Amino acid sequence: MKTTDTTIDFGTFWEGVWKENPVFVMMLGMCPTLAVTSSATNALVMGVSTAFVLVCSGALVSMLRYLIPKEVRIATYIVIIATFVTIVSYVLQAYAPEIYKVLGVFVDLIVVNCIILGRAEAYASKNSVLRSVVNAAGMGAGFTFALLCLGAVREILGSGTLFGVHLFSAHFQPWLVMVLPPGGFFVLGGWLLLFNWLKQRVASAGTLQEETARAQ
Amino acid sequence: MSKPQPTIELRTSPHIKSAPTVEQIMRNVVFALLPISAFAVYEFGISALALILTVTGSCLLTEHLFNRAGEKPNSLRDWSAAITGLLLALTLPPGFPLWMGVVAGFVAIALGKVLFGGLGFNVFNPALVGRAFVQAAFPVAITTWTPPLAPGRFLEFIPSTLTAPFMTPPSVAAWSHHAVDAFSGATPLGLWKFQGIVVSTSDLFTGMSAGSAGETSALLILVCGAYLAARRMMDWRIPAAMLGTAALTALAFRLFGGSHYPTPLFVLFSGGLMLGALFMATDMVASPLTPLGVWIYGAVMGFITVIIRYFGGLPEGVMYAILLGNALSPLIALITQPRVYGARRERSKP
Repeated sequence: MKTTDTTIDFGTFWEGVWKENPVFVMMLGMCPTLAVTSSATNALVMGVSTAFVLVCSGALVSMLRYLIPKEVRIATYIVIIATFVTIVSYVLQAYAPEIYKVLGVFVDLIVVNCIILGRAEAYASKNSVLRSVVNAAGMGAGFTFALLCLGAVREILGSGTLFGVHLFSAHFQPWLVMVLPPGGFFVLGGWLLLFNWLKQRVASAGTLQEETARAQ
Repeated sequence: MSKPQPTIELRTSPHIKSAPTVEQIMRNVVFALLPISAFAVYEFGISALALILTVTGSCLLTEHLFNRAGEKPNSLRDWSAAITGLLLALTLPPGFPLWMGVVAGFVAIALGKVLFGGLGFNVFNPALVGRAFVQAAFPVAITTWTPPLAPGRFLEFIPSTLTAPFMTPPSVAAWSHHAVDAFSGATPLGLWKFQGIVVSTSDLFTGMSAGSAGETSALLILVCGAYLAARRMMDWRIPAAMLGTAALTALAFRLFGGSHYPTPLFVLFSGGLMLGALFMATDMVASPLTPLGVWIYGAVMGFITVIIRYFGGLPEGVMYAILLGNALSPLIALITQPRVYGARRERSKP
């Protein structure tokens, strides 16, 4: 497979953060998004871990893209991804055992995170190493950003803290539902609503400007 | 100039003027809820009044804001948001902090109604969606009960009512004891479930017991519901099926399960079963419309209510029973479609 487009610009990175945000636009990786965002710290660690695996596996898949036989590519991708997940898992166990306990099985489940496999299949296997890495970094940043959005709201309302720092007086009333699974769905829905509304406004403002420019 | 000729207007049947409009029905539901609200204020004082006004105001404001944001016509005049607010306030404990009431009203309208497309499209009863949310968010505040008919209830608020926004409400246990001697801080259902004390049925019937603001007096709720049913603005078959099934299930448990199960009358008159069956299960949008369907719908809710009360972790289960019934109602409507006149059922070949 020949690579046609080799230019790298800001859009290669920004695509993953905004226009094709894995959570808010593509709705991928819902499982960790809903399960481990009960606090901002968990969300950040999960997001950074996933981003690390994304970038590394993207680079390796892109390097090997002419060597991997088409018939076994999915299995190969999984093995590559699993290698980096194992690294992340061991690093977390060694340096942040508390967070590793909280995240639990979801660290290992990064292996089957559809964002990573999707990037490997749809992007890294068709683009140069540098482009793949930049794009994967954007996706990773977008994923981390989305997880942080959820985690921050859920932690502030659910326990009155942000990254473990108390924000309010001791009399703050925690909203129990926010740290429970339903809270994840509520907050995700709220953010989706907000981002779609913002996008619509930007889009309609754009057409309005075009129309006025044409009228003048 | 000729004199105007007298005319006789001839029309063929039917001669019915018009069916009641949505506004008329909704307005009458509000009228039917007013006596219940008034009794709540009489029983629990200005805290109940403040709660009813705040929650209803929150519902109306939310609806108004969403109408403006979505550039839709004003839908406050159809009274449906007011009904949601009134019903929601009546299902909350009288000393419920007002700021939590505002949250409940917002969630009821935003999540329960507007996001589904407004009146006529809501899958669940909006008031119960709001209550289920605050039940999950603030499990302590929503199970903090205060005694009925406390002296001075028209002069001072229940301490928890005026909690500052986002703060934990203060404990009302000391206030309750000070107000009414030997108040145990539980509803009749809680007393039965956790302490084995059975409140007398006559007290439950007239409403001299602790509980949510508007659920205490079975008699008053029955009278107000009968008014709506008599004006044909409510499907009487749904409460009949729900209450009947609940009573039958309770009777079966009493007969075959032993005397530690309460009597059917206790089951009927305690907790929110009356209010739920007459005013929430009958939500026209969220209930099936087929003649057989409403009986099944009511029966399912009545049965689930009793099962949750007897075997669930919470003493009361009407809210979840009705929400489950709402979820089932499209399915019930689907399988109970009546035969179209003149059409034949397809028979399987022998």
